[in-house]
Amino acid sequence: MDLSRDLDVPRAHHDLGGVSRYACRPIDTGKHELTAFDKQVDAIVSTLRAKGLMTVDELRRGIEALPEAEYHSLSYYERWLRSIVATLVRKGVITLDELQAVMK
Amino acid sequence: MIFGPGEPVRVVDDWPETRGPAHIRTPHYVRGRSGRVVRVLGWFPNPSDIAFGRHAPIRTLYHVAFPQRPIWNEGREGDEILIEIFEHWLEPEAG
Repeated sequence: MDLSRDLDVPRAHHDLGGVSRYACRPIDTGKHELTAFDKQVDAIVSTLRAKGLMTVDELRRGIEALPEAEYHSLSYYERWLRSIVATLVRKGVITLDELQAVMK
Repeated sequence: MIFGPGEPVRVVDDWPETRGPAHIRTPHYVRGRSGRVVRVLGWFPNPSDIAFGRHAPIRTLYHVAFPQRPIWNEGREGDEILIEIFEHWLEPEAG
């Protein structure tokens, strides 16, 4: 594998296109079963979009804002959930106190 | 600036992610690269603004083709990479 493609540029950590470190891994083309958690998170985003409380672009921005270590260790839908919470708190749709109260 | 099919363009060599929070749809590996407009894909509110809940002006979205080998250092002569790029990331290719 030619590593010369890893450009010495200040790319964001999620901007992975062509980065050989990732290109070297074989792609898992097996069937991925969605968990109940995955489906719930997906449904939350659909509901928030329908209510005009959050856009897909905000969702993506929130995922990209995750610290690099977490970005790579969280599952796909765990990243979504982190972005949903951060976005809704930032926009004042929910408060951290409300979130903590329902999680008790 | 409106570009037509076949027009040579250059992607702006800009790195907004170094200046603070940003949502960017232009991949790092085409910044500063030369390509060719293939087609206009349509007109959309700028996702970089929607992502922050700001007023999002309508921007033209293009399909731009780049020769693959200078970017990936692999592939055959004539191979291309086709990418969706918004107008504010493109400038006319000099010469």
